[in-house]
Amino acid sequence: MSTLIYLIPIALFLGGLGLAAFLWALKSGQYEDLDGASWRVLDDGDGKPEKD
Amino acid sequence: MSCCATGVEGALEIERAGQGLPASEELWLASRALGDGLRQTDLSVPGVHCGACITTIEGALRKRPEVERARVNLSSRRVSVVWKEEVDGQRSDPLEIARAIRGCGYESHLFAAGEEEGDVLLKQLIRAVAVSGFAATNIMLLSVSVWSGADAATRDLFHWVSAMIAAPAMIYSGRFFYQSAWNALRHGRTNMDVPIALAVTLSYGMSLHETIGHGAHAWFDASVTLLFFLLIGRTLDHMMRGRARSAISGLARLSPRGATVVNSDGSRDYRPVDEIKPGERLLVAAGERIPVDGRVLSGASDLDRSVVNGESAPVAVGAGDSVQAGTLNLTGPLTLEATAAARDSFLAEITGLMEAAEGGRARYRRIADRAARYYSPAVHLLALLSFIGWMLVEGDVRHAMLIAVAVLIITCPCALGLAVPVVQVVAAGRLFQGGVMVKDGSAMERLAEIDAVLLDKTGTLTMGEPRLVNASEVDPGALATAAALALHSRHPIATALHEASGAVQPLVGEIREIPGAGIKGETSDGMYRLGSRAFACGDAGAASGQSEAILSLDGRELACFRFEDRLRPAARETVEDLSRLGLTTGILSGDREPVVAALARRLGIATWRAELSPRGKVDACAAAAEGGHRVLMVGDGINDAPALRAAHVSMAPATAADVGRQAADFVFMHRSLSAVPFAIETSRRAGRLIRENFALAIGYNVIAVPVAILGYATPLVAAVAMSTSSLIVVFNALRLKGLGTASAPASPPHAAGLQTVRSLP
Repeated sequence: MSTLIYLIPIALFLGGLGLAAFLWALKSGQYEDLDGASWRVLDDGDGKPEKD
Repeated sequence: MSCCATGVEGALEIERAGQGLPASEELWLASRALGDGLRQTDLSVPGVHCGACITTIEGALRKRPEVERARVNLSSRRVSVVWKEEVDGQRSDPLEIARAIRGCGYESHLFAAGEEEGDVLLKQLIRAVAVSGFAATNIMLLSVSVWSGADAATRDLFHWVSAMIAAPAMIYSGRFFYQSAWNALRHGRTNMDVPIALAVTLSYGMSLHETIGHGAHAWFDASVTLLFFLLIGRTLDHMMRGRARSAISGLARLSPRGATVVNSDGSRDYRPVDEIKPGERLLVAAGERIPVDGRVLSGASDLDRSVVNGESAPVAVGAGDSVQAGTLNLTGPLTLEATAAARDSFLAEITGLMEAAEGGRARYRRIADRAARYYSPAVHLLALLSFIGWMLVEGDVRHAMLIAVAVLIITCPCALGLAVPVVQVVAAGRLFQGGVMVKDGSAMERLAEIDAVLLDKTGTLTMGEPRLVNASEVDPGALATAAALALHSRHPIATALHEASGAVQPLVGEIREIPGAGIKGETSDGMYRLGSRAFACGDAGAASGQSEAILSLDGRELACFRFEDRLRPAARETVEDLSRLGLTTGILSGDREPVVAALARRLGIATWRAELSPRGKVDACAAAAEGGHRVLMVGDGINDAPALRAAHVSMAPATAADVGRQAADFVFMHRSLSAVPFAIETSRRAGRLIRENFALAIGYNVIAVPVAILGYATPLVAAVAMSTSSLIVVFNALRLKGLGTASAPASPPHAAGLQTVRSLP
């Protein structure tokens, strides 16, 4: 029982971390162009990420 | 890469039908200042198809000194360019950006203002899905522990934690349903969201009550999972509409954004169309669209009026003639006097007619709404009856309430909420691959119901481009000479001539186009003339019914070229397919009677009407509707737009006028007309799957509801039942995709691909 006191908050925290990561990704526009993203993976380019 | 080649082809096609690059001033008007001397321009590039297209365009743009950064969005087929206002003290020209894109073989267009803002609602929905998904998984974990035997203090703890996770999630994610349910109730209606809101709230309240009283069962997981599934359905529904709309609005525009105005002191201004007042003098160069209704003051030219009245042959205009907004000035520059402001122009008149025609369609209720009308009162009644029943049997308010909540949760239209959007998203995806874009789900529902098809002639059954029909009878030398002369004109007949002749040896000499008449070339052989018989040979002669062009040398006729509008690919097969599908086909055209009659004979269409005004087309659609028919209207011009609105459902080619495309429910990107039966078949199949899904959801209720009413619906049973029904519905919807990939190529690049699709059973 006592371990639950730690485990539940830890589980929630980790889950919350995932949620926060997703919301951040959404906000930073990473889901704006899903079709393009799958092609950009194949682009050799100069290896540098986009500026925006 | 093959897909790129078609991208280029598609772009060229649009270019031919529409206009060239936007004007430099127009681009300045449309760009946004970002501060620090930077501006941003968003252009629509309908031709991008794959990774290589992205790299090509971005690479070409980054090479330009004024471009700060460029990024192509493949989903919305747009490129956003950030550029410096000045490079080395020189004002940069945004036209260079558009030119660089064209240099890679892609056509770019501006799109209407106000459409570029991101989809706010979609983001809210996705966030709500994420939050409810997070809450659902965590509460599920805790619930599983309860189901597997946690009891007493541990169970209470788990329930309390669940309650605390569920509360914010329900407020945040559930607000869409609460708002919609409240709106419906306030107006004395009920919709699918009412039982959802009620079930979620009641189950949360009951669970909290149970938790406080150390009860064994709580329904937190059920209420949050319900929200999660329903939000997925709603998000899919929303995504489908948004995507097609942004792609459609991104194509070539028709009404110009501005025009060059000559002020009274002779200075020239480029002004937005809205600011042009009647009485002002305008300059319209060859190749530009007429911005507002006006009268020609000076100059002579040919106007392509096909978007206005469907007439395929260009009309010569000179001083004193009145011209309509939206028509394309083909051969010579014109000075106009504006006779109406933009909001009173012909285009605006059409818009008014369109709004008036809207009625027939506005009455249409989506399948899901119709289902909700019967479903939600039934659900409420059932829950109420079980509450009363258990009160009579046991007299225990708490237990009766628990049963009633269980009934509400089990019957909650979870599967129903997913049934329609999932099928429609899959079907829309399949149509998208086949080159057909859908505005929204109800369009597919309506398309599945039609029993008659009305087709426009110019631009729909035909390409709206003349083609040389007597090439074999004409002397090849004369054809080459004519083609060399034709190179100097933008007239559609000139385009057809040099298309027919292939590579052309340029003529040496002075070549000049006489607007409204033809082309003449002064060479060492003598004076070549290409144009109407009166122009080429000097005699007024009898004007032939067909479009023709005469080539003459010093007034002596060398050759007579005859032209005919070419049929859209697969037009004949399409008409056959439509009758095979049990549909009657007719033609509605604004063009002259003999032309329409000849075409109808050629295609084997018995019913046709010619010389119809925009209002006449609307009336024809309305008459069909009154006769109990549900009509699919296929058309492209401005003159078709009101009819596209008036018909039960409508379709337009991507080369259609802007207004036409906006009015249509479906837009097909490829040249072939076989997109029409393809869309009908896909919609019908989607309709079948939706009905199957409804049957599945109802069948599930028939089994689950008695379980709930009898009081056996523990939270575990509810959770399993709900998820299973949702999953079954989703898998059933995915069958459409399976069927699709079996017979349709993954990405039919053009007409050839669509023809294989057409051979579906």
